Amino acid sequence: MSNKQTNNTATLDQALELGLKKEEFTEICEILGRIPNFTEVSIYSVMWSEHCSYKNSIHWLKKLPKDGPHMLVKAGEENAGLVDIGDGLACAFKIESHNHPSALEPYQGAATGVGGINRDIFTMGARPIAQMNSLRFGKYENPRTKWLLKGVVKGIGNYGNSFGIPVLSGEVFFDESYDQNPLVNAFSAGLMNVDDLISATASGPGNPVFIVGSSTGKDGIHGAAFASKDITEDSMDDLPAVQVGDPFQEKLLLEASLELAKTDAVVGMQDMGAAGITCSTSEMSAAGNVGMKIDLDKVPTRQSDMKDWEILLSESQERMLVVVEKGKESEVKKIFDKWDLNCELIGEVTNGDTLEFFQNGQCVASVPPSSLVLGGGAPVYQREYKEPAYFKKYKEFNINKISIPENLVEVGRFLFNQPNIASKRWVYEQYDSMVGTNNVSTNNPSDAGVALVKGTYKGIAMSVDCNSRYVHADPEMGTAIAVSEAARNIVVSGGVPSAITNCLNFGNPYHPESYWQFVGAIKGMSKACEKFSTPVTGGNVSFYNQSIVSGKEVPVFPTPTIGMIGLLEDVRNIMSLNFKSENDHIFLVGKIVNDISSSEYLVKYHEVLESPAPYFDIDEEFELHQNIKNFIDKKLINAAHDCADGGLFVSLVEMAMSSNLGCEIKTVNEIRKDSFLFGESQGRVIVTVSSDQLDSFKNEIKTNGINSLYLGKVSKESHINIDSTNYGMVEDFKEISNNVINL
Amino acid sequence: MKCGVVTFPGSNCNHDMIYALSKILNQKVVELWHKDHDTQNCELIILPGGFSYGDYLRSGAIARFSPIMKEVVHHANNGGLVLGICNGFQILCEAGLLPGTLLHNNNQKFICKNTFLKPASLKAPICQNLHSNESYKIPIAHGEGRYFASENVIKSLFNNDQVLFQYCDIQGNINQDENPNGSLNNIAGVSNKNQNVMGMMPHPERAVDPLLGNTDGVPLFNSLLNLIAV
Repeated sequence: MSNKQTNNTATLDQALELGLKKEEFTEICEILGRIPNFTEVSIYSVMWSEHCSYKNSIHWLKKLPKDGPHMLVKAGEENAGLVDIGDGLACAFKIESHNHPSALEPYQGAATGVGGINRDIFTMGARPIAQMNSLRFGKYENPRTKWLLKGVVKGIGNYGNSFGIPVLSGEVFFDESYDQNPLVNAFSAGLMNVDDLISATASGPGNPVFIVGSSTGKDGIHGAAFASKDITEDSMDDLPAVQVGDPFQEKLLLEASLELAKTDAVVGMQDMGAAGITCSTSEMSAAGNVGMKIDLDKVPTRQSDMKDWEILLSESQERMLVVVEKGKESEVKKIFDKWDLNCELIGEVTNGDTLEFFQNGQCVASVPPSSLVLGGGAPVYQREYKEPAYFKKYKEFNINKISIPENLVEVGRFLFNQPNIASKRWVYEQYDSMVGTNNVSTNNPSDAGVALVKGTYKGIAMSVDCNSRYVHADPEMGTAIAVSEAARNIVVSGGVPSAITNCLNFGNPYHPESYWQFVGAIKGMSKACEKFSTPVTGGNVSFYNQSIVSGKEVPVFPTPTIGMIGLLEDVRNIMSLNFKSENDHIFLVGKIVNDISSSEYLVKYHEVLESPAPYFDIDEEFELHQNIKNFIDKKLINAAHDCADGGLFVSLVEMAMSSNLGCEIKTVNEIRKDSFLFGESQGRVIVTVSSDQLDSFKNEIKTNGINSLYLGKVSKESHINIDSTNYGMVEDFKEISNNVINL
Repeated sequence: MKCGVVTFPGSNCNHDMIYALSKILNQKVVELWHKDHDTQNCELIILPGGFSYGDYLRSGAIARFSPIMKEVVHHANNGGLVLGICNGFQILCEAGLLPGTLLHNNNQKFICKNTFLKPASLKAPICQNLHSNESYKIPIAHGEGRYFASENVIKSLFNNDQVLFQYCDIQGNINQDENPNGSLNNIAGVSNKNQNVMGMMPHPERAVDPLLGNTDGVPLFNSLLNLIAV
């Protein structure tokens, strides 16, 4: 293909090979009024790829709630959403996937995922202050899983640690549906003065256009198209589509960009992620209703003799496109010189809807930028969807057919031996969680990560959540649960939920049953986000997460990862999860139901895979959050931890493990004991109350008719004692839990 | 009490150190740039943590050649106070201002967590006001922090009061279980013979803000800064 002359007209076969559909090629010919050349087809192929155009998802994404009282920048307007946190400050945040690159080259795939998401934040003029990540892998025992896990964690660690932004929270989940196709979702949040916002819009014909940062190489060419394909046995052939990261360059680019943000020389700036120069020039032009003239000979390259389309499509990392106000070029140059970074004038903004690229004095491509982008000429499809047969079948699950194990002590230990329940210490200790000196959760372990806003007492609470097993069982309810869990984690830590970003990881959109999962997820997310007043600020969609194993397509569990932020007015009021003192009273707040559906216990211990999502009622959930907030505001409780994976038992042990105290509790007769201890019904939080506050707490419960149950007391002896049976010593649980994931 | 904090390209704890010194400990701080040829009469020069020049070759190996390091060496040779934290410690070892070297952690992984330190030196500026029977909770975050030197050097370090801190448990017991990276004799920080140049892997600047729930680093800075006041 590389031998083709770029000024020759392209063929339909070439377009198809680049991933375009026949009707899309026809459409391009109509837009241009002629047959495009190879370079132009390449441009359309990446801009109209799923990854850049959202062509198969945008119809549904538009239905998500995106308005809220604190939104400064809404979904789709800039590189990331922006939430007002008061005092003239704003928080920019976003989550993005880097699944396909990580499946082939876990170290670089994950590293560049971290780099990309942080660039989205600082290109707006915000300094990143915290990161989270949400990772899914196949069965833990598989050698391939271990290779991927090691590589991904090292990649995230090496890039993020060097770049110097703390990792505050995260999740790791294992299920065989991810065997070939891991999910790597990276989140970053940054802080900025509201006035420093840099827009990703080009304007002012005659204004110079600069490329800054790293040189352009042949890495990551057609990465966006690759991300829009199924992962197959032949995927290794796409290895050159994986980019290579350099956190040192990124760190310099961060500092230089933030210095630039303080000047008035910048008209607009956008990072170069998917589809590199092509995407940044066309999106910035289209956003400003202008065109650009770009001279590719001026782009600093790593190799000589790079073809025009290679320069245009390269996804070399750590680069930005900057439109500068004419006359202020030297101000910009000076900053990048200080940081020893490239800063090259490559073109100018022009009038009209034409984006032109030149090489050796020849125009190699001329396209209308508006025709390339989402919201402009990029195609929008409504895909067919169909409820899969398993959905109804899962609902037939009957708890009475599951016998209660005789030895529940053994079940408790069994659960802590499961990689999904066990400590993720091996993972998170490889991430710098304290650089930036803003992590309030290090010494006050809390359900959500909390970052101090330095210079104030405020904190940004954040959580990434998605139990994809629930989403698989019931996409609509499972996704509503994911939003609820994120909100619960923030509330339990003392925060008020503000907004979410989402990373929608699904199978092939052309597969009606996969698309049904996507549609259900959007519906559930909309409902929950409206209930919790947390608008969706953006994120990304990753389709084609599946493998073809012996000719059969197996999609991953549908995984709409939710990244939520919330605000703590005063971090001194953070609510931590560890037991505080002997004889503190332990209560369960929320409803208790006979339910073990989709629990780790049911799936791993009983090996029953087919059951619906666990019990969930969104109104009860919302009420629970208000009650917990009220307890925290009135200082009635001294610890709080939600019941999530592994149920109440696991939550109690976690509260004990982070304190070295134990507990003595009683179960109730009306509920199956296995369900009471290990069921994962939603809307439950364990709280502890000091003896001094007991009367006030009980009074509050009574006055407001709050659903709650007295469980027992915190004990000095560090054991987990349930109905007078010793379920194990806290030290032993630590020992088990810390050694399951240990590579 | 004029403190200078050096920023190398790739330093990422420089802002944290400046914040700790100026906002929490109320010191006068100037930012020194790696290309500078002047230390602006600072009494204490701090090399902060991070990944100077990317640290792709070997931690601190490139930074020692930067222009500011000539001035730091000059300052040190004149008896001026120098403190290197984490990458700063690695740079001081590479520059020959401190004995020994820092190897990859024995588990070959980056490690970030709270550790406990026991002050070993009686007279070094950063230790002199500390309680030798107490442990201090100071976090680490490094991939190359395993302190190593020849047997003779280690012996002389102890004999000359040059070992600043050793990793210990919360009660102050020094044992291998509490050694996070395989450092010889649990050594977490050392000084030169004159004790005016000090380096340590743990990050005291991460343990000064009461809002973060750990202020065990404050006595270390107070010990060091009191000396400047005298």
